[in-house]
Formats: sequence, C-alpha cells, structure tokens
Amino acid sequence: MLAKIKTPQISRRGFLTAAGGAGVGLAVGLSLPGFAPKAARAATDGSFNPFVLIAPDGTVTVLAKHLDKGQGILTGLTTLVAEELDADWAQMRADHAPADVEKYKNLFFGVQGTGGSTAIANSWQQYRKAGAMARAMLVEAAAKQWGVAASGITVEKGVVAHASGKQAGFGDLAEAAAGIAAPADVALKDPAQFSLIGNPDLRRVDGVSKTDGSAIYTQDIVRPGMLYAAVAHPPRFGATVASFDAAAAKTVDGVVDVVQIPRGIAVLAKDTWTAFKGREALTVEWDESKAETRSTEAIFAEYRPMLEKPGTPARSDGDAETALADAAQVVEADFEFPFLAHAAMEPMNAVVDAKPGTSVEIWTGSQLPTVDQTVAGQIAGVEPGKVTINTLLAGGSFGRRAVPNSDYVAEAVQIAVAIGGRAPVKLVWSREDDMAAGFYRPVYVHCVRAGLDADGKVVAWQHRIVGQSIVANTPFAGLIENGIDGTSVEGANNLPYKIPNLSVDLHTMDLGVPVLWWRAVGSTHTAYAVETMIDQVARAAGKDPVDFRMDLLSEHPRHAGVLKLAAEKANWGGPLPEGVHRGVAVHESFNSFVAQVAEVRVRDDGSMKVERVVCAIDCGVAVNPDQIRAQMEGGIGYGLGAAMRNEVTLTDGEVDQRNFDTYEPLRIDDMPKVEAYIVPSAEAPTGVGEPGTPVVAPAVANAVFDATGNLIKALPFARHGLV
Amino acid sequence: MAIDFTLNGKQASVDAAEDTPLLWVVRDRLGLTGTKFGCGIALCGACTVHVDGVAMRSCQTSVGDVAGASVTTIEGLESAEGRALQRAWRELDVVQCGYCQSGQIMQAADLLAATPSPTDEDIDSAMYGNVCRCATYHRIRAGIHRAAEILKA
Ligand code: FES
Ligand code: FES
Repeated sequence: MLAKIKTPQISRRGFLTAAGGAGVGLAVGLSLPGFAPKAARAATDGSFNPFVLIAPDGTVTVLAKHLDKGQGILTGLTTLVAEELDADWAQMRADHAPADVEKYKNLFFGVQGTGGSTAIANSWQQYRKAGAMARAMLVEAAAKQWGVAASGITVEKGVVAHASGKQAGFGDLAEAAAGIAAPADVALKDPAQFSLIGNPDLRRVDGVSKTDGSAIYTQDIVRPGMLYAAVAHPPRFGATVASFDAAAAKTVDGVVDVVQIPRGIAVLAKDTWTAFKGREALTVEWDESKAETRSTEAIFAEYRPMLEKPGTPARSDGDAETALADAAQVVEADFEFPFLAHAAMEPMNAVVDAKPGTSVEIWTGSQLPTVDQTVAGQIAGVEPGKVTINTLLAGGSFGRRAVPNSDYVAEAVQIAVAIGGRAPVKLVWSREDDMAAGFYRPVYVHCVRAGLDADGKVVAWQHRIVGQSIVANTPFAGLIENGIDGTSVEGANNLPYKIPNLSVDLHTMDLGVPVLWWRAVGSTHTAYAVETMIDQVARAAGKDPVDFRMDLLSEHPRHAGVLKLAAEKANWGGPLPEGVHRGVAVHESFNSFVAQVAEVRVRDDGSMKVERVVCAIDCGVAVNPDQIRAQMEGGIGYGLGAAMRNEVTLTDGEVDQRNFDTYEPLRIDDMPKVEAYIVPSAEAPTGVGEPGTPVVAPAVANAVFDATGNLIKALPFARHGLV
Repeated sequence: MAIDFTLNGKQASVDAAEDTPLLWVVRDRLGLTGTKFGCGIALCGACTVHVDGVAMRSCQTSVGDVAGASVTTIEGLESAEGRALQRAWRELDVVQCGYCQSGQIMQAADLLAATPSPTDEDIDSAMYGNVCRCATYHRIRAGIHRAAEILKA
C-alpha cells in the first residue's frame, strides 16, 4: 500500500510511507529533502507506522516507541534497525516516536508503554523488520536506477554497491526509494551474520548530547509565553484543600496567578524560582477528614499478625503444612520491607499547552503515553487522539514515570485548564515534592518457613506475603487474577528450587498511600526473602550455598547457568582478604536470569563496605553487550543504595523524608567494583533494565550473615547499624 | 537590579534579586539548560558550575555573589580537562539517563585541574557530593582515570 500525505511542512513532495509485513503491520517511511524527523512525524497519520527515516544527507533516524530514561533503548532499537539495514553506525540517529497507540504500542501490552523490561523483547522482530524493509527498498531503487538485478546488489556499512562498480549512499537513493513499494515480507538475518547486534564497541547514540549539556529533558523545555508552576500538595495523602489565602503569594514579584486544582494550590510565575517563592507565601488549610494518618510503625503492626493467617493461595504444590509439621528441622524467618521512593535524578515535571475543549500538547518523559493521553483528554475535555505527546529524555524514572493516574501530568493539565489555556505551563516539582508525593514501592512483610528432612533435604517451603497491591483500583486492576496481584508475589510464586511441598500465599492490604512499581517491582522484596532463606536452609543442611542451589536447580538450566558463571568468575570458595566475606544470590525477573556474588567487608565497628560484585546475566541474545553491563552496574548500585539505607517512613501519615539528606542515595564511595558477564545465548532477548537490581541485597545479606551470623530481616541495613 | 558577570567567556547582565540562585538565573533567564536542578540544597551536585575556575553548586550560589566573576557551565567547558573528560565519557559510555552528568563532568574537571593523577580515593572524596541515581559511579571512576591518561598523552 502506498500513499502520499500533504502537510504544511512538506512543500515539495509528499511523505512516503509503505505499509506491509504481516502480523505487526510494519511500514517504513523514507524522508525527503528538507525533512527533519519531527516534520516527517507530523506528516504521518493513523494508517502508517514509520520507524525508520532516511534523510538525503544519509543519516538514518530511528523513531523509538519506548522512552529512554537512561537504560539505552534509543541505542538498542537503533541497533536493531541498523543491523538489518546494513547501515554504518555513524550514520544512525534516534528520536522518540510520538504518542500513537496504533503505530507504537508495546506488542506485549497493547498500549504504548515502556516497562517490565520489555522494550527490546517486544521490539526484537519489529524493529529488525523495519530495518530489513528499508534495506530492500533501497536495493530495489538502486537496481532500477542502475538497470541491474537486485540480487546482484550488496549493502555494507551504508554503501549500496554492485559488481559493475556502481555504488551509492542511502541518502542518494532515499528519493528514488520513495517510489518503491515495500516488500510484503522480508527475511531477517541469521544471527551468525550479525555485526552490530552483539557488538560491544557500539557507543550510545546519546553519548555526546549527554556530555555537552545539549540533551533536552522535560525540565529544559521552554515554550513561548510559558508560565512556571509550583504546587502546594497536602501534607497527608488523601487530604484536600479546605481554604487558602493567596494574597501574600500574589505580592511576590513575578507571580502571575494562583489557582486551585484537585490536589492542591498552584502558583504560576515567570520563572521556577519565583514559583517556589510564591508557593512559600501561600497559606492553605487542609481538610484531613479522609486523609491517611497512620504511621509506618502502625502499618507494620497491622501487617505482622496477618502472617499467622492463611492468605489467598498463589501457588500450592503438595502439602507444605503437613510436610513442615513432619520435618526434622524447620528454618523460619519474618521479613520487613519499607516504602521506597524512586527518587529519579530529574524530579517529576511536565509542560502542557492546553486549549480546553480543542487540543492538548504535552512535553514529558512518559512511560505510559497512552494512559497520559486518556487522562489529559478527560481533564481538558478532548478525545485522547487530540492529545499530542512529545516524549523527552527522562532523567531517570525507575517506574515513577509510569503512573496509572498520570499524577504529575494530570496536575500540569489541570493547571493549564484552570488558567483557561492562556499560556503553556511548566509544572516543576522540587525534590521535596517528588519525595513526598507518594507512589512508593509498597511496604511488605513476609514469612518463610522451610522444612528439612533428616538427610538435610528441603521437603517443604511456605512463603506468606502481606502488602498493598500496586494495580488495585487502577486501570491495571484486570491484572489481578484469582485474588492475586502478580506484582505482589512474582519472584516467590515462581520459585525455581525443586521442593515437593510448596505454598505461596498473599494477604492484600488496603492503605491510603499511593504505591507503584519500583525497578524490578515484586522481585525487590521476594528475591530478598527467597534468596536469604535458601542460604539459611543450605547452612542448616551443612551445604555450600552454591552447591545446594545447584542441586535444586536441576530443572532450571538458565538459573544454573548464571549461578555457575558468577561463582566461577568470583572464584567462589577461593581465598579472600581478611575481613571480607562472600554471599551469593540468583533470581529470575522479566524473563532474564541473574546471579551475583558479593564480597563484603564487615568492620569491627559493625560498619560494612561492599567491595566487589560479580554478576552474570542470561538475557537471551545480547543486543548491546556494553549497555547490558551498564544496566547490571547501575541496577546493582540502585538496589544496593536502597537496601543499605533507604526507607520512606510516615509519622501520623506525614512523610518524614524530603530530600537527599534524609533519603541518602548511594554515593560514589559506596559503589562496589562491578564485573558483569553475559551468558552466550541464542534465545530471544529479554529484559535488562530491572533484573540486576533485586539480586544484590540478598547476596550482600548472605555475605553479612557469613561474617556476623546475623540475618538482616528488616530493611534497610542502616536500621542495624551496618552502614 | 542589574548584575553583571562573565558567562562562558561572554558578558552577561541580568536584572534579578541578588539572592536568586545562580542555577535559576542560568537556566530560566539566560537559557542555558545543561546545568541541572536535582535537589536545590547542595546535596546532589547536578547544578555544578565553575565560578572563577572552582566547582560550585549553583543552587546555593546567589547571583549577587558572582557579580564580576567568571562563570562556566557545561556548555562553555573548554578546558583541557573538560575536553578530556567528555572524550573519556564517550569512549566508556559513562552516561545513562545523563541528568547528573553535566555536574559530574564539571566536578571532575575541577578535580583533574588540581590532581592530574587521582587515585580511586581522591576520586571518591572529590566526587562524593555528586549523586548519580543511575549509579554510573563505576564508570565515572573509570572515566576520570581515562581522562587523566588522555591528558598525559
Ligand atoms: S541541585 Fe544543587 S546540589 Fe542538587
Ligand atoms: S546518569 Fe542518570 S543520574 Fe546519573
């Protein structure tokens, strides 16, 4: 199918796209002279699906349907296209695609979204096909131009050539290729032919712009006439505005307006600093009649007794209860996990230009553009299709930019609508706003009881989990099946260890604290409980923790594979410097398998330092090996920082932590040396953004146990004076 | 009132209250957005700039205090150290989200200017105040060592 679309930006020629490719409905758009990617994007409509744009100067721009929040997906998707296109890496560029669920949905989710470490996994075939299709069109154009058979044409590093000596760059052929129909189907390369996929020497596409200050984030967007907004939020979740006095705020030089929105009072000003100052001058009375007023201690006190009662079953093999009663030895522990803030480096923000009843344009780094479109449309009284989203690089997210109710985007739209759309609005949250606004990793308590027989064999495993559901009361509530929110039990209900009698059950609690997925979601707590307990059981059985796990993993070769590799590379069982202890953990999340060996120095004063972490990952085909290693390094740092000293606590419902003094992030002197190894694999690629995160805390805890004989059961470690 | 200073080698003049943080003057008034806002209270280093060649947290530096001084932001970082760091950062792909990296590079340039061959301990103590939530610290260390090497070549 061919079509030409005229738009104001395209004066001389139409923007050509060609749709084809069964199944995913691929299309490739080739840009024509004078096109910037943005102009080309504006030219597309619902029936086309451009992933690849080729400019006359030969640059190839890949439109990424996923948000790059640091994980390197712009580079990853560009690699997939470049490989099949046989492009030269230097000619590749990347940009975020617009919000358009038809064209850019996550093939696993059905909506446009970045999460669950699925970006490469769901795009693996799609983006390669897009590259292969563009290549076929270029070849066809060259064949016509040169009067030769397409079969005699080669493409290598961006050069299209024929044995006759004729050759051309992609840019030379882009215009002619615009007249060629896309092939209905294209063959993809055999992995043995890959030169870019799996190449550790490819550098990130955003490596220059992120080192010279030119990379643009939401925080950097300026629109003509834009006002800057700061919002006074209620001190407790669920409180609402009873009354407010804006008189003093309005006298602050540069404050333009003060408006009420559902969640608080917004001060609009001519710059960020003035908006903050104006907000300080506000007086707001809050109605706290419906507010959450429990302290975290009270929450734990409500959760703990639930461990005594059976919950909703999430997995049941054999008869764990009876097997425990009959066991020769029972090993048992309760665990407590605090609320955690994502604390991305760029506090949450959004820029909105609203024309109420007509259209909305949003600039933000969004993990769920389809949701944001729906929410923004409802607020502004427009169809979701009238909500344009410009996706910007995000300064971190870790899940925070995937909010089922679009909290900060909604706030920005509400403000823009409250001023009648008379100016674009940039909502800027301070670090304090970001920290106290909720959407935390939920509090959980767990109990694990394991039974061994007289020979030291594990015969029973009972795992009970108590905590809030992330998806309940959200548009994602449909994910709850048979009373089980999978995000609460993942990592526990898929326990890989071969144990004949096994039960996992769940108590879902109700709380007024907004909660959310936090890098690695359920595994952030389940991996800790499972992997510290299996270590305890190994020790009770008098076995080596690696050997013991290996025995129980006979049916899980990929778990066993990473465990073996990490143990080898860490010289497990070999000598260590005085005062340094090893611990190990292995865990599957997002269909990837990660094992880590942590080397931890525990000092006489009780303080500790994680000196080295050896990590092995099996994520199927390694598309960008160096980025996979980077995600292991970063994931380990992120998980370690939280485990060491992070917790969000509430006093009478009010958040105690506000900035990096009370929510102290991992700093450079805490960072261990990290060695990351990738298991060679021909399996389809799986996630890497999250799977490195949940493994480090149990590995470290097991090393600490080795040193002290104490199992840390309540996180963070700082509670136990260990940091 | 008008406050004059040098910004990336050029004369700058802003009409702002003296206690306005330099960060917001540079970002919102002068349009240089490479300098980032992370915490606002000198706890993260994302806003690091050079004032007369010394790394400073622009969120806690009043614009009044830089009157007559020379301010350099990431956009104007042209010192040998700065260039070497940028090259090393690109060679090693230090960045992830990148939001902290202007500040990291500005701070590291200050370190290398004073300590051309820093040890890991020197790096840890000089870079302690620069948070990276993506935890690229492992590569930041490697990047500084690599930049030191480039400067000697
Ligand atoms: S914004 Fe200045 S140190 Fe964090
Ligand atoms: S690279 Fe993301 S905060 Fe440093």
